Amino acid sequence: MDPVLLLDVLLLILAVLAAVAAMLQRDLLGSVMLMGIYSLLMAVIWANLFAMDVSFTEASVGAGAATVLLLMALTRIGTRERSGGDHSLPALVLVVLTGVVLLYGTSELPRFGDPQAPAQLHIAPHYLAQDIGKVSDSATPPNSPHGEGDFGHHVPNTVTAVLASYRGYDTMFETAVIFSAGMCLLLLLRPIPRRSPETVTIDESGSTSHQKSESVVLRTIGGMLIPYILVFGFYVQMHGEIGPGGGFQAGVLVAAAFILHSLLFGRTATDRWLPRWLVDLAMSLGVLLYAGTGVACMAMGGHFLDYSALDRVHPAEAEALGMTLVEAGVGLTVASVVLTIVRKVQGGTR
Amino acid sequence: MEMISDGLLLLGGFVAFSGALGVLRMPDFYSRLHPAGTADTLAQLLVIGGLVLRHLDSTGDSLLVVGKLIAISVLLMVTTPTATHAISRAAHLSGLAPWTRRSTDLEEQEESP
Amino acid sequence: MNAELLAALLVLGGALLAGIRSVLGPTFYDRVLAVNVFGTKAVMLLAIIGFIGDRSGFLDIAILYGLINFIATVALLRFVESGRYSS
Repeated sequence: MDPVLLLDVLLLILAVLAAVAAMLQRDLLGSVMLMGIYSLLMAVIWANLFAMDVSFTEASVGAGAATVLLLMALTRIGTRERSGGDHSLPALVLVVLTGVVLLYGTSELPRFGDPQAPAQLHIAPHYLAQDIGKVSDSATPPNSPHGEGDFGHHVPNTVTAVLASYRGYDTMFETAVIFSAGMCLLLLLRPIPRRSPETVTIDESGSTSHQKSESVVLRTIGGMLIPYILVFGFYVQMHGEIGPGGGFQAGVLVAAAFILHSLLFGRTATDRWLPRWLVDLAMSLGVLLYAGTGVACMAMGGHFLDYSALDRVHPAEAEALGMTLVEAGVGLTVASVVLTIVRKVQGGTR
Repeated sequence: MEMISDGLLLLGGFVAFSGALGVLRMPDFYSRLHPAGTADTLAQLLVIGGLVLRHLDSTGDSLLVVGKLIAISVLLMVTTPTATHAISRAAHLSGLAPWTRRSTDLEEQEESP
Repeated sequence: MNAELLAALLVLGGALLAGIRSVLGPTFYDRVLAVNVFGTKAVMLLAIIGFIGDRSGFLDIAILYGLINFIATVALLRFVESGRYSS
């Protein structure tokens, strides 16, 4: 039996078990942990299917950021699920019917991995060949292996090429959506009511007894780890053209480093390292960088987000440069928005 | 080389499995710490060691992959004991009592609701 | 059946056992411990699967998950220490 398929089936069974267990769990904190296990399993499944970028996102957003955000939400609503009264027969019938219809629909789908499936034939070959909108360069023939920049004619990670180049508009507006989500949170949660003196936020900045403060071991090791997380985030950011990764994942990682810092040393210490105005600034700076790259392309005589206009002599290098700039914008916005969300939901002084 | 890396991988898998078995079967939290912390640290060393040998054996180049594998190993070697320590410390500070043969009946009464 | 696949299956079995422990509990600390063990198993599994499929991109994900696992554990502990959890 094919080892990849065998692992796939086992992992899928485990993922279904974890999802069912998370639903049946009455203790919401247990549910959060089981959801963490579930999204970790999904990350392994995506990786097993060679969907590296999806797996990366699932591991960083699903298992990391979502866990922290759900925990923040639990600090507001408590950890007990309201019991009883949520079993409705019509709802069950409806759900089962929908499931049957969906299962029936899958019988019409092409076989898994079928090379003749419409998705493989329509536009995917062009994406894989990366020949859409490419400026043909007369100086070097297109098939010379070392003619163009670092990457030859291709950006090795097709996902990044599609994300940042062919679907550049989509990604720009995705970044704008994330930005506006952050803006909405800033506007909605600006004046935070101190609910009551005994409200303890998750980082307990100097409010509870000294005995419960974090251990020296954890602080030392965690503090040592933070620079490495930042370096790894930077690697993921810059390596997006070659391996899995890119702005979205790197942004979450960088935010995670600062979240870890605030968990270990308290929020006031983090604010000293990373002032709030800097986070607010980075949020809008990211979108500005993305759109600014597009405008710069126009200023150099190309279309909006047509990176090859940045350097007519070396279009492939200009392409890589444009993608790097755009990804940096995405990373800045994502990191600062995640940090803003966590800080705002935590509540506290302002 | 092939034999050694196979052996390391299988041994690592066995240690990982038996560690998890300990986490499942041990009677209380503090005794579960032992298989969780130590077995996982050993298992990842064996597995990553086997993979490094396998990689060096098959290709002989690409130091990036070996470097990443070693980075994973060092990362796990540092974080797993730290996390285990932090969990056990938190449990101890919260007043969770260790299991003894005498306290079994009492514990089960506490755990049931 | 080669050694990599066998090791991957053993690690996956271990992950299943840890997952059962995280469902059973009984205390919060058992669950955090089980989730942490599960995360470590997943890192190993990702590294091994990368070699089965012969793709080194898996290792980036493994490193990422090692980091995220640690942060999630610290966040869970912090949450409970803040006194908002009553079992």
